[in-house]
Amino acid sequence: MTSASSRSAIAVTGLRKSFGDKVVLDGIDLDVREGTTFSLLGPNGAGKTTAVRILSTLIGFDGGQARIAGHDLATEPDAVRAAIGVTGQFSAVDDLLTGEENLVLMADLHHLGRAEGRRRVAALLDRFELTEAARKLVSTYSGGMRRRLDLAMTLVGDPHVIFLDEPTTGLDPRSRRVMWQIIRELVAGGVTIFLTTQYLEEADELADRIAVLDHGKVVAVGTAEELKRGMPGGHVRLRFGDLAGLDAAASALGGVSRDDEALTLQVSGDGGVPALRALLDRLERAGIEVDELSVHTPDLDDVFFALTGHPTTEETVR
Amino acid sequence: MSDAVTMVRRNTKHTLRNPSAVIMTIGMPVVLLLLFVGVFGGALNTGLPAIRRDGDYIDYLVAGILLMTVGYGSTTTALAVNRDMTEGVINRFRTMAISRASVLTGHVVVSTVRTLISAFLVIGVAMLLGFRPTGDPVRWLAVIGMLALLALALSWLAVAVGLLARTAEGTSPFVLIVQVLPFLSSAFVAPDAMSAPVRWFATHEPFTPIIDTLRGLLLDTPVEDSGVLAVAWCVGLGLVGYLWARALFRRDPSR
Repeated sequence: MTSASSRSAIAVTGLRKSFGDKVVLDGIDLDVREGTTFSLLGPNGAGKTTAVRILSTLIGFDGGQARIAGHDLATEPDAVRAAIGVTGQFSAVDDLLTGEENLVLMADLHHLGRAEGRRRVAALLDRFELTEAARKLVSTYSGGMRRRLDLAMTLVGDPHVIFLDEPTTGLDPRSRRVMWQIIRELVAGGVTIFLTTQYLEEADELADRIAVLDHGKVVAVGTAEELKRGMPGGHVRLRFGDLAGLDAAASALGGVSRDDEALTLQVSGDGGVPALRALLDRLERAGIEVDELSVHTPDLDDVFFALTGHPTTEETVR
Repeated sequence: MSDAVTMVRRNTKHTLRNPSAVIMTIGMPVVLLLLFVGVFGGALNTGLPAIRRDGDYIDYLVAGILLMTVGYGSTTTALAVNRDMTEGVINRFRTMAISRASVLTGHVVVSTVRTLISAFLVIGVAMLLGFRPTGDPVRWLAVIGMLALLALALSWLAVAVGLLARTAEGTSPFVLIVQVLPFLSSAFVAPDAMSAPVRWFATHEPFTPIIDTLRGLLLDTPVEDSGVLAVAWCVGLGLVGYLWARALFRRDPSR
């Protein structure tokens, strides 16, 4: 999943964008290494889609700098466009054409030539399980099929950097798994993925690095592990053989929550090695035997709540 | 350039897959043709200047009906462009390293060709109804040229309208203008027969010289200076439409 590369596929500094007097992006910095998956995580209205629209050359920006695949976003938009592929939140497919015609249209616009175009279209239809529906009008496709066709169209041009704006929003769990698998394959093939999502699970599953965006600002950035570390919500669970052990431990440690039925104690902490060692030392000195020990790190939901003060599901009016 | 060809192919497929657009484009003009020839023709004939001594009302009428056909054709284009803009596929084109103008060029080329085909179908129907146009091939070439120029001009305007409108309903003012203006022109009766303010409007609006030019060319009668006016109006409207559409398309998309 991680591949260390020293080159930036996306380098953004101080990116700003306002619509009227509403500040949507308030000076964000991002650095995405080549061949990695980067996830921009945030609730609706945080500015994720605006960020993607700017970085994919769709709309302009008010301040800051951005380089995509080595090209300056403001001065070389066509070079950027040649290097990227975009699959937005709303399917960018031509309803009045068949799935195959949509892909051929892309092949033609990328000047692939007839033979190479046909070959790539057939391969993509096969890979995205659309061969059967290839000759049907896209207006008859299901949501999952449209999303797959959308991504297939993005891939016709062999982009180096792919922007995926909430690629699984509105998909059923199976389609979501399929999409995740495809994204992993793309990264394995050396593509850089810039993914926005409001699902913490998705960022956790896919992303090498995550930036948490809230009200137009990046409030945290790091790997999923880094973000979770030191966050409230982490705890150590200790299970004991009998109630006597539980009692002894509870009095030795003090200030812990106990569950008499399960014979467990829950000790707050980040689960780091020094803290664990100190905990075990105290139990050792008190002569208490522990049956089982498990460390619970906070999940990204805890992280998100801690960083922004509100849960991810909050709807913000744009 | 090759991007424009690809876009023309795309829009052609849309048209072929949705032939109702062509049927609608010729349907309304043909109905008007039948209505005015069969119902009002006899009454209107007496109020017309002697355009041709042996002329029937239908000979007078066809030029105006052709203009309406081109008008209806362009409203289809406004809807098609608007549909494109609201469907998201346009955002894909915008993020690709292709000629941006090709998207609009594709619409305009297909719109012009489709409209010309509709116009010829309408001429065919008119001839079945007794329309007797000129046999002069040079004049026919001029008719085709005039229709093509008009179709091009209205197509660019329609593209701009399609880009401007937030929804399909937003194109309706354009549809209304294109449908009503011919009635206030020399399409059905000569402006001389109208009341003074309407006459002033009818003489000075762009459709009148265009209709007069088409009529003169079709019937082998003098075109006079309406030819120059007609070309000037078409070039002017086309240019306005083109520049407007270009400016609108360069804006950041709002959806």
